Amino acid sequence: MALPETESPVSPRTDPPVDDPMAHSSSQDHRRGRMPLSRRRSRRREALIFLAFTIPNLTLIALFTYRPLLSNVYYSTLQWNMGSPTARFVGFGNYVRWFSDPHSWNYLRITAIFTIATVGGTILIGLLIATVLNQKLRGRNVARAVVFAPYVLSGVAIGLVWMFMFDPQFGVIAPVIRAFGMTPPNWYNSPGWALVMVIIVYIWKHLGYAAVVYLAGLQIVPRDLLEAAALDGAGKWRTFRSITLPLLSPMTFFLLVTVTLSSMQSFDMIHAMTRGGPVDGTTTLMYQIYREGFVTGRAGYSATVATILFLLLLGFTLLQMRFLERKVHYS
Amino acid sequence: MNGELARGGRGQVTLVRRSAESSASNPAGEQVKRLLTGYLPLVLAVVVMIAPLLWMLISSVKTRPEIFTVPLQWLPERPYGGNYAEVVDRYPFGRFFLNSVVVTAVGAGIKVLLAMFTAYALVFIRFPAKKLVFIVIIVALMVPPQVVVVPNYTLIADLGWQNTYLGIIVPGLGTAFGTFLLRQQFLTLPHAIIDAATLDGAGHWRRLWRVIAPISAPTIATVALVTIVSEWNEYLWPLIIVDRPEMMTLPVALTLMQNADGTNNWGVLMAGTAMVVLPVLIIFTLLQRHIVAGLTQGATTG
Repeated sequence: MALPETESPVSPRTDPPVDDPMAHSSSQDHRRGRMPLSRRRSRRREALIFLAFTIPNLTLIALFTYRPLLSNVYYSTLQWNMGSPTARFVGFGNYVRWFSDPHSWNYLRITAIFTIATVGGTILIGLLIATVLNQKLRGRNVARAVVFAPYVLSGVAIGLVWMFMFDPQFGVIAPVIRAFGMTPPNWYNSPGWALVMVIIVYIWKHLGYAAVVYLAGLQIVPRDLLEAAALDGAGKWRTFRSITLPLLSPMTFFLLVTVTLSSMQSFDMIHAMTRGGPVDGTTTLMYQIYREGFVTGRAGYSATVATILFLLLLGFTLLQMRFLERKVHYS
Repeated sequence: MNGELARGGRGQVTLVRRSAESSASNPAGEQVKRLLTGYLPLVLAVVVMIAPLLWMLISSVKTRPEIFTVPLQWLPERPYGGNYAEVVDRYPFGRFFLNSVVVTAVGAGIKVLLAMFTAYALVFIRFPAKKLVFIVIIVALMVPPQVVVVPNYTLIADLGWQNTYLGIIVPGLGTAFGTFLLRQQFLTLPHAIIDAATLDGAGHWRRLWRVIAPISAPTIATVALVTIVSEWNEYLWPLIIVDRPEMMTLPVALTLMQNADGTNNWGVLMAGTAMVVLPVLIIFTLLQRHIVAGLTQGATTG
């Protein structure tokens, strides 16, 4: 531990005195325009320490994040069943099959509906709740915690609780709908309504996250700006639209990116509630990856869908960054 | 309308506030509006968020006939503990719980340590290709773990790690998110402290533990909490890699209970669900400030 440190890491080039005997006998190195041996040595030492500190994490990331990304691409060229010792190379065959299968387009449609509805719903309702909680109200801190709580709970547990509430016979939602004089839809057996059901639960679980992000943003909106607008006679809605909303655009952007990503990969809730059914009504691309890989066991095909979904996610993220970030107002 | 906006003003704008308040012709009307735009939606939001969890708890202490009845019976005659007993009797629930605790504690513990080492190295240790290392980590953030399950499954299966703690924990250990958050925090630390430690001749190891970790404790705690919550709730990976009940974590076990009955026995399921959800809810209630801050961090730091 008593090694000579050549420099402080945050303020480079302010080397403290080095009490290394070699430091004085290295004038030759200087003449040759090279750094003193001692410093070279301690730099190498620093580099080794750096590697010791980072290699475990980097190895794990390489092994379980980057490697499988490449493996996916390789697997996607194979007709190969999970666990089977033999595989057949089919080139782009899996992709051709995926794009020419009408089911795929249905899954893509369901993914799109699910993503747009959940992202839109989460962000809109989150913003609404944030503006409510941003007022000086008694108990708003408790309300903030309560609204956020579902976000930390297991998606499987949440899915099961809501599945029970949606139960057409013994659930609590059907009687409530009937109390308003309407006929409750068939959540369990209609593909369309099942999708609506899953969307509702997803929004319920995630809206607290959006609300808290927006609340943080609202704290930064300068009061005097709002007051000036009020004095100028701007209405509440007008003030909100032309002052608050633009100032919140970094939060909106952040939420668009993160909620889209998590929504497109959502699995546990769908699995707990519908297993992708009824009649594929809630089968998103993510669910198709699982089903092909681990239910029907077509690993090559599953890897194909995974590669397609990854490219979609990447494309969306880059698109959002490219086109939305320019419109974002950073103070 | 003006009054409502200006009322939030602090001391320095008393003038504005007074004029705004006097312009509100009807204080009772203001009161009503505050109720309608403030307390009503607040209460509505709280009810919508709490009702499902409350319903879970109520249903978990109902008998079978009390649940499977039309019309709906809102409350049980008296709290019935049979569902909880059935969960514990019929399933190795203690074992599920232990599995979840082991996976969460070991997984989150190692992840936080790895994040600390990596973030420390990225900020405080000299290295030629540091930027590249950082990019490698940031790009990994863009790769969703869900889309790489097939290759990870085949690797773990080849190692023979199915149905083992190793198999559940190891693939998730690499941490880009925690590293990123801690790096942001380390970058804000005052140079003077680190310089002082350097002159004392403290090596990197000691600097990390004696200087950096203590002053960054709140952020490290936040990262730890977030990691614990996500490990506890992790579902897809343990679902895939485990098929023997004695190695299942709680969320996976919940779907096992669901499978066991052709038609769901809701009372038992709600009891099981409550037992999975309540520990997290208790921890959340105690530490909600840190958890909320951690889970939404990227919004303000990114």
